[in-house]
Amino acid sequence: MADETMDTDYDVIVLGTGITECILSGLLSVDGKKVLHIDKQDHYGGESASITLSQLYSKFKQNPISKDERESKFGKDRDWNVDLIPKFLMANGELTNILIHTDVTRYVDFKQVSGSYVFKQGKIYKVPANEYEAISSPLMGIFEKRRMKKFLEWISSYKEEELQTHLGLDLDKNTMDEVYYKFGLGNSTKEFIGHSMALWTNDDYLQQPARPSFERILLYCQSVARYGKSPYLYPLYGLGELPQGFARLSAIYGGTYMLDTPVEEVLYSENDETNGKFEGVKTKLGTFKAPLVIADPTYFPKKCKSTGQRVIRAICVLNHPVPNTSNADSLQIIIPQSQVDRKNDIYIAVVSDAHNVCSKGHYLAIISTIVETDKPHIELEPAFKLLGPIEEKFMGIAELFEPKEDGSKDNIFLSRSYDASSHFESMTDDVEDIYLRVTGHPLVLKKREDKEQQP
Amino acid sequence: MSNPITSIKLVLLGEAAVGKSSIVLRFVSNDFSENKEPTIGAAFLTQRVNINNNTIKFEIWDTAGQERFASLAPMYYRNAQAALVVYDITKPQSFIKARHWVKELHEQASKDIIIALVGNKVDIIENDESERKVAREEGERLAEEEGLIFFETSAKTAENVNDVFLNIGEKIPLKNDNSSPNDTTITEDQRINLAASANATSEASSCSC
Repeated sequence: MADETMDTDYDVIVLGTGITECILSGLLSVDGKKVLHIDKQDHYGGESASITLSQLYSKFKQNPISKDERESKFGKDRDWNVDLIPKFLMANGELTNILIHTDVTRYVDFKQVSGSYVFKQGKIYKVPANEYEAISSPLMGIFEKRRMKKFLEWISSYKEEELQTHLGLDLDKNTMDEVYYKFGLGNSTKEFIGHSMALWTNDDYLQQPARPSFERILLYCQSVARYGKSPYLYPLYGLGELPQGFARLSAIYGGTYMLDTPVEEVLYSENDETNGKFEGVKTKLGTFKAPLVIADPTYFPKKCKSTGQRVIRAICVLNHPVPNTSNADSLQIIIPQSQVDRKNDIYIAVVSDAHNVCSKGHYLAIISTIVETDKPHIELEPAFKLLGPIEEKFMGIAELFEPKEDGSKDNIFLSRSYDASSHFESMTDDVEDIYLRVTGHPLVLKKREDKEQQP
Repeated sequence: MSNPITSIKLVLLGEAAVGKSSIVLRFVSNDFSENKEPTIGAAFLTQRVNINNNTIKFEIWDTAGQERFASLAPMYYRNAQAALVVYDITKPQSFIKARHWVKELHEQASKDIIIALVGNKVDIIENDESERKVAREEGERLAEEEGLIFFETSAKTAENVNDVFLNIGEKIPLKNDNSSPNDTTITEDQRINLAASANATSEASSCSC
């Protein structure tokens, strides 16, 4: 390797191979930028990696079980690709758009998530996603169903330029609570619209203008309409495939990759970490220069601050499907905050061997929520109860970080930690925001030129 | 039905500059370019070959240079049905790397993967046998131990290049051999083709205006 010639000047250096960084790296390489992408770890994905059971044990447990015991209980280690951060893709969401427009769909296979469920008074129910499902749902009484049907019809027929479709509501002036009132919807219906369809994690949205909620509900309905059973998609072999796919895109367009390469020193103009601009990084492979850097918060801890939120995540290994879900191979369960006397919803994401993330006959259920008390593991109890017997459990708490500044001063553009939401929409918002700040223009998705060569 | 097409994903592995892309270029376009730049842009090449009245479509994945700093993603070789592990017969280090890739594939890739070990650049030793630094027997021995197809090739002169792919093709189980609709075909069907449905919606919307 020593005799290999290596460029030392780049347009952009990217530190960390989480999904946010990998998408940006891919997009910028496609734009023709010369990208150097470095990770201190020896594998792709950072926090958005999918890891094996043996890696899980060494990450979360003080005394990992022996290899023999692990294999007799859980089968071959290579069959396991366990997400550290549980999320699903909205079928009609922005990540799906980015995947299609960059053609990264070529490298990753997806399956539909079988169902979306909501917790109500101790039981779980399938979330109705359209007028027809709403009519047959046991979640609502007969009159409420008619009101719900009217509400969903309003959502689907709303057109910005046709005033009569607005039914007298102004999405930017009326609050979401006023919209609910207009349709006469009761508290429990509001709860599942707001939490299971708009996917808000708390009730703050009720007193805010209705537009964001409207857009979220529309996204949910369009996502369900796309493939049927649920609004969600999930990649075979786990979410860790996504950063790898975008890294490949970046590499195909000339991006250079260096894993297992810690940053020994960040170089600043005037040698001034506080007021200087980013100039480059020093690593074991040499010194590399670029006018700007994109990085996850772990590479610049001093330039990040806590959001004040901490997320607890519990990865549960089951050897049976989740009870009362018709043996679904994958699903989401939302436990709305008001049902369990909390401020934030609890999410459960379930995937299984159907997605090549665990050995045959096993299921992975990942529970997550925002920590509210000093006994966070007890906060997850209502979720554990829904899962039946749990073979193994891995728990961790992550503090969420965000950049202190927008990068305009020091040319250091930092991503946000992955939040507690159940999907990637906030992540793609971050990608588009960083893209705008780095390039000075908004991201416009273009179809990637087809490089396939047919003889 | 008479001539079903079997698609196989074939990945290239091996140290940088051993001629992986050149072998593919020779196979796909019957072409060679001296001083080829490291691979950029060529992500995914396809080539069809006919073997005993069956058509095999090779989907050939290039490394896109990610092997340079030990940064090849497992995703790259995860679903591969076939792999070319290439070394340069004039560079002993590249043969050590080839051994490493064979081991990695046996641990991480699908267990039915067909691997061809390829010692490239035999054109260099044509006039001067002393340039050879990896004996043919060393390659043969590794291939025998690990159950690999083995060829020494030259992407420059085309020697043995097609034979490597034809040999792999002959070992691939064909679509019509396992005609019973077993569970593997069912899982295939459940996969979602994101790109296809996106095209469908864009077509639909363009019709309506």
